Amino acid sequence: MAGGEGRRGVTVALLSTVVFFTLLAVAITHAPGWPEVKRTFFNWDEFRASMPEISRAFLLNVKMFCIAEALILVLALLLAIVRSLPGPVFFPMRALGIAYADFFRGVPTILVIALLGFGAPALQLSWVPLSTTFWGIVALVLVYTAYVSEVYRAGIESVHRSQDAAARSLGLTHWQSLSRVVLPQAVRRVIPPLLNDFIGLQKDTALVGFLGSVEAFKQSQIDAAATFNYTPFVAAAVLFVALTIPLARFTDWLVLRDRRRRHATGT
Amino acid sequence: MMSEALVVDGVHKSFGALEVLRGVDLAVAEHEVVCLIGASGSGKSTLLRCVNLLEPIDRGRIVVEGEEITARGVNVNKVRRRIGIVFQAYNLFPHMSVLSNVTLAPTLALKTPRAQAEAEATALLDRFGLADKRNDYPDRLSGGQQQRVAIVRALAMRPDLMLLDEVTSALDPELVAEVLEVIRELAAGGMTMLIATHEMSFARDIADQVCFLDEGVILEQGPPAQILSEPKESRTQQFLQRIIQAGRL
Repeated sequence: MAGGEGRRGVTVALLSTVVFFTLLAVAITHAPGWPEVKRTFFNWDEFRASMPEISRAFLLNVKMFCIAEALILVLALLLAIVRSLPGPVFFPMRALGIAYADFFRGVPTILVIALLGFGAPALQLSWVPLSTTFWGIVALVLVYTAYVSEVYRAGIESVHRSQDAAARSLGLTHWQSLSRVVLPQAVRRVIPPLLNDFIGLQKDTALVGFLGSVEAFKQSQIDAAATFNYTPFVAAAVLFVALTIPLARFTDWLVLRDRRRRHATGT
Repeated sequence: MMSEALVVDGVHKSFGALEVLRGVDLAVAEHEVVCLIGASGSGKSTLLRCVNLLEPIDRGRIVVEGEEITARGVNVNKVRRRIGIVFQAYNLFPHMSVLSNVTLAPTLALKTPRAQAEAEATALLDRFGLADKRNDYPDRLSGGQQQRVAIVRALAMRPDLMLLDEVTSALDPELVAEVLEVIRELAAGGMTMLIATHEMSFARDIADQVCFLDEGVILEQGPPAQILSEPKESRTQQFLQRIIQAGRL
C-alpha cells in the first residue's frame, strides 16, 4: 500500500469512529432514564470509593487465574496426548479421556463449582481442604482442562501425518516425534484459540464468588448492597477488561513474532 | 558375488479391499541402484513405505543386510535408522532451521553429541551446496533446495540404504536437475538406492536395474537398456509408449 493511501485510510477510520461514537453517546445520554442510570451505574464518587477494595479483591481473581491456567496448560496437554495414543492397547485410556471431556464440557461451570465447593468440604475429611477458593480453582481446572484439551487435540490433528511419517522414518520414537515435531507445530497453531479459552477462564474466576470467596465480583456485590448503587459492578468490569486487553495483544504479538521468525533469513 | 542389501520376498499389502502389492519380489545388491517405474497407483510408493516399515505388510518378508525386518519383535526405530527415505513432498519440519532439520534425528536417535552432529550436518550441507542455507527455515527455500535438504537429512543418519519416492515429481521443471545431480553423486559414491521415478532418461542413466511395477507385481526387470528400449511385456511397452507421448523419454 502506498504511504499516502495508508494515511488517508487512518484519517477516514478515525473520523468515522468519532462520528459513530458521538452519535451513540448522544443517543444514550438523551434517553429518558439516563439521569437515573447515570446516578446508579456511573457514579464517579462511588467508583473512586469502591475501587481500592475491589482492586484488592481482584488480586484473588488474578491469583486463581494464574494457578488454574498453569495447571490447565499441562493437564490439558496430557489429556490430549492420551487421546492421541495409537493402538488398541490404549483404548481404555482413550475412552476415559473422551468420557472426561464430554462430562466436563457438558456440565455448566457454575454447577461444578457449586458441587465441589459445597460438597467436598461437607465430607468433613481432615485431609480435604475447606477453602472455597481452593475448590473453586479445582472446579475451574476440571472444566477448562476439558475445553483446552480439545483445542490441543485439534492442533495435533491439524499437523499433517506426513510430518509424523518423516520423523518416524528417521528412526525417532512415537514420543520423540510427538514432542519434537508434532506438538511444537500444533501448539503454535492453537495459541489464538488457547488464549480465547483463557480469557473465558479469567472471567469465570468471578463465579467462585458464588462460594463466598471475596473476589472482585463478590466484593462489588457487597459494596452495591451496602450503598444501593451499582457503580462497583462497573468498577469490577473495568478491571476485568483491563486484564483481558493486554492478554489479547500479547497473543497477537506471539503469533506475529513466530511468523516473522519463520520467514526471516538466517545470517 | 555381491551381497544383497535388500530382499523383498512375496510382499502383499492391502488397504481395505484394495490390494496394492500382490506378491512383490525384488533384490537390491549393495552399491546397486534400482529404479522402480510404473503408472501412478501401481504400488511404487507403497512398496517403499513398506520397506521403511511406515506401512505394515500383510504377507511375505523384507530382509535388509541379512536381517528380516518384518519379523516379530524387531525394533522398528532401529531398522529405520539404517534406511533413509525421501518423500515426494519433502516433508521438512517447518518449525526448525535447515540445520536443526538435519541434526534432529542424529542427536535424538543416534545420541550423537550436538557439536559433532552440527559439524557433520554442516559438512553434508556444504557438500550439496547448501552451506549458506543452514540457518534458514524451510519456507524460505526453493523446492529444489528443500528436497536437497531432505536428502541431506536422510543421509545424516548414515543409512545403509536410501529409498527415494518420486523426489522430483513435485518440483518445477527447472529445479529437477539440481536434485537429480545430488542423486547421481550419491550413486557415484556407492550408495545403495531404491528409486521410484517418472524420469525415464534419468533411470536409464543411473540405474543398474529397472523394475516395471504393474498392478502390484513386478512384471519385468532387467538392465535399463533392455527394459526401456526392448521391453518384452506388452504392458511395459504400452506404459513406455504413454511416457514417450508425454514427452518424458
